[in-house]
Order: sequence, then structure tokens, then C-alpha cells
Amino acid sequence: MDKKVFTNAHISEQYNEDMRELRSHILAMGGLVEKQVSDAIRALVERDTELAIAVRNNEKRINSMELTIDEECTRVLALRQPAASDLRLVLAVSKTISDLERIGDEANKIAKMAILLSEQGQSPRGYIESRHIGDLVMRMLHNSLDAFARLDAESAYNVARDDNEVDVEYESAIRQLVTYMMEDPRSISRVINVMWSLRALERIGDHARNIAEQVIYIVKGTDVRHISVEQMKTQVFKAD
Amino acid sequence: MSDITVAPENLKSRPGIALGELTKQQSICIDTDEITMQVKNLNLFYGDKQALKDVSLSIAKNRVTAFIGPSGCGKSTLLRCFNRMNDLIDTCHIEGEILRDNKNIFDRDVDVTDLRRRVGMVFQKPNPFPKSIYENVAYGLRLQGVKKRRDLDERVVWALKSAAIWEEVKDRLQDSALALSGGQQQRLVIARAVAVQPEVLLLDEPASALDPNSTLKIEELINSLKEKYTIVIVTHNMQQAARVSDYTAFMNLGDLVEFGDTNTIFTNPKEKQTEAYITGRYG
Repeated sequence: MDKKVFTNAHISEQYNEDMRELRSHILAMGGLVEKQVSDAIRALVERDTELAIAVRNNEKRINSMELTIDEECTRVLALRQPAASDLRLVLAVSKTISDLERIGDEANKIAKMAILLSEQGQSPRGYIESRHIGDLVMRMLHNSLDAFARLDAESAYNVARDDNEVDVEYESAIRQLVTYMMEDPRSISRVINVMWSLRALERIGDHARNIAEQVIYIVKGTDVRHISVEQMKTQVFKAD
Repeated sequence: MSDITVAPENLKSRPGIALGELTKQQSICIDTDEITMQVKNLNLFYGDKQALKDVSLSIAKNRVTAFIGPSGCGKSTLLRCFNRMNDLIDTCHIEGEILRDNKNIFDRDVDVTDLRRRVGMVFQKPNPFPKSIYENVAYGLRLQGVKKRRDLDERVVWALKSAAIWEEVKDRLQDSALALSGGQQQRLVIARAVAVQPEVLLLDEPASALDPNSTLKIEELINSLKEKYTIVIVTHNMQQAARVSDYTAFMNLGDLVEFGDTNTIFTNPKEKQTEAYITGRYG
């Protein structure tokens, strides 16, 4: 009997290529989305209307990337019938791109608020909170994409954990902004716009967590959606 | 069959566990399914060459168990042990046991003809006898001593219906079986096998010589047959194993590498070798 070897690469070179492309495309999309979010936050806190308009113009590119990658997933599923880790990767990619697309939508909303707030003149309060939550969320998004690139379940878990922090910060910022509105009712419409942007940031955090959950699914084969961070730790990382 | 959520503490008692975690002496417990046949520490040699190495696994009743693995891994050899087809090979030597009703089928006092009636087999290439369609199915029944024409007719029709070929052959029962297409011949052979009402059906790559549509018909048939029979299937087509089986055993170089419920094996196998094989990284 001839000795056979188990390798990391598929026997089919074309299959390898397909999977490589899928991964590189989703990372490219992630990179673009990351830039959109960071530009949108900057446009908001620095009241940079031009940058906000640029963010809004880029939205279409993200949408078309989602369609392209989705088509690639469909093709791989139809032609290769992937199994095990390959199957998990394709499924995770397919879900992750819709999270990325929604993050793009949220960035678009933030950019829209940035334009409105800039038009409304004098800054209301809330920028410090936006910057702070924006930093947290940017870090989560960056780390979730990084975890995807490296297929690192441990850092993906940390992203999920960070989401709780964002939620706490968000609640506290909202309470703060409500106080501002009560103090100065004339600022209500502007503060509401800030609240909308904070809401968008908080949603981006949720989507980053979803991406991180997909990374854990690829690496560990366990579906960790809809469970708490503590459960995640005991169910997935206990044995490690 | 399998729960969607499993508490981690229950995982130990579930299939899909890497064999490394269990001592090889333990056969793997299959959930709540009743066990039809149980392989215990089976070693098989062709002359000096060992083809099966300390294989232990259980075959669950009314379920489909698939054996997958690269050529020469021992899956067909293992399949042939279940009705002692390996007896026909002179150089073959077997250690260990396969239990059926708590009785080792390799015991000297086992009636091999009776065993083969209870554990039927269908081969890769359809092998109908050069007789009429009716006679092909009636053959085993006559051997069993069924003589009355009415009984024979009844059983033949029933078997042809079970094998999902009745509608296609009901008007030409006296035609030669060799005039049927490959897919029809294979279903006829399955009808022949089920006519004698075995408990277990062994299928050795039953669809590998068939076109895609006939293959799907055979798969449908396997699915419907498992209500009455326990099925063990060897297949090179992994998607087929994934579609038709409840349990999958992955073998390599005579070792049983991993055995577990099919969903786990195909989505999240525990062993690297299994992963490499089913994702097409083995070569």
C-alpha cells in the first residue's frame, strides 16, 4: 500500500484557489468597512462634512462586494460540496459578509448624522461619548477581522467579551444625553442625532461580535450565537 | 436522532468522540439506539498482511451506518465480516468477535447459510441471475423452501415494491433481468436481497456503477428500507455517506479512525485525519 499523506492543501489546486480567494475577498471587504467606520466617526467628531460625503459615496462598493462574495460562496457550495472546516468557513463567510454590509449601513447612518449635525451648527454635547464608544467599537471591529484573518478563537472570544463593555458605555452615554436634553430643551433635536449615531456605533459592536462568533464556529465547530460570554467560555474553551 | 443542543457533560456518552479519548477496548455506545451487531477488537489478516487493526464498533438497529475511507483502508473487508464472506478467502485469518444476539458469528457452531440469510449483501456491480425478473427474486425464497405459487407471488411483489422497482417491472416480470438498465438491475438485486427478509443489509458501493438519477433512487430506497432493516453501506462517495447514513465510520490503513453520528463527522470531525479525508486534503 503506498503511503499517503494528510496535508493542509486540497488535492484540487483549483479548490485551494477558490477558498483562498474567498478568504482574501472577505478580508478586503472587512478592510473597506473598517475604513468606512473610522472615517464616519472622524467625520462625526471633527464635523468633517466632506469626509462624511465620501463615506456615503463608498456605501455602494460595500454592497457590491457583498453580492460578489455571496456569489462565490454559492459557487463553492454548488461545485465543491465542502465539508467540515471548509463548510464552516464558507457558511461563516456567507454570514459575516451580511454583518459587514450592515456595519457599512451603520457607518452610512453615522455619516448622515455627521452631515446633519454639521449643518445644525454649534455642537451639542455628546462628542466625547461618541469618540469613546467609537474607539471601543473600532477596536472590536478591528480585532474581529484580525481574528478572522488568523482564525484565532481566543481573540474572537475577547471581542465578544468587549461587546458587553460597549453596551454598558452606551447605556451610560444615553443617560447622560437625556440629562442634557432635560437641561436644555432647545438642544433636543441635535442631541437626538447624536443619540442616533451612538445607537449606530452600538449596533456596529453587535455586528463585530457576530463576526467573532463566526470565527469561533470556524475554529471550534461550536455555534456560540445567543449565549452569554460566560457560557461561551465554559462551552468552548473549557478543554483548552 | 441527535439533539440539537448537548450539554457538554453529556458529550462523553455520545458518538462523535475521538477514539483517542476512549480505550480501544470500549466499543462506542450509540445513544439510545438498539444495537444489532457489535464488533469487538476485530483483527483480520490476509496472510501476513493485517487488513483490520483492533476494530471495535456497534451497528445500530434500523439505522444506516456508512464506512468511508480511501481505497485499501479495510472498509469492504470489514463489511464482508458481517456475513462471513471472508470465509471464502483461504489466506484470511480473523481474531476478535462480532456479536449478534450475544453470539459470536465466528463461532464454529454458527450456521453460515442462516447467517447470510439474516445478513444479506448487495455488491457494487449489479449481478442479477440470467433468469427472468420474477425468478431472480423468487430464487432465494425457493431456497428457503417457499413452494406455493401464491406465497411466492406475494413475496416477490412485496420485495419488488420494497425495492421501489415494482412500477417499472410489473408488466414484464417474465422478461430477462439482464434487459433492465443498470439502476433497475441494482434495485432488482436489492429486491432479491430483501425478499428473504434479512435483518441486516450490507451494501458494498451499491451506487458506484450507476448514473446520478439511479443513484438518487438507490439513496431514496436506502432511506425507506431502514424502517425495516439495519443497513451497513460502504461508499467512496462521501456526499452519499453524508446523505444516507445516520452513523459514519472513517477508516484508514485498517484502523477505525473515527466513528460517530454522521452530522458530527461531516461538520466537525474530531480527528485530523477524518477532517483531511472528507475535505479532500488526503492524497
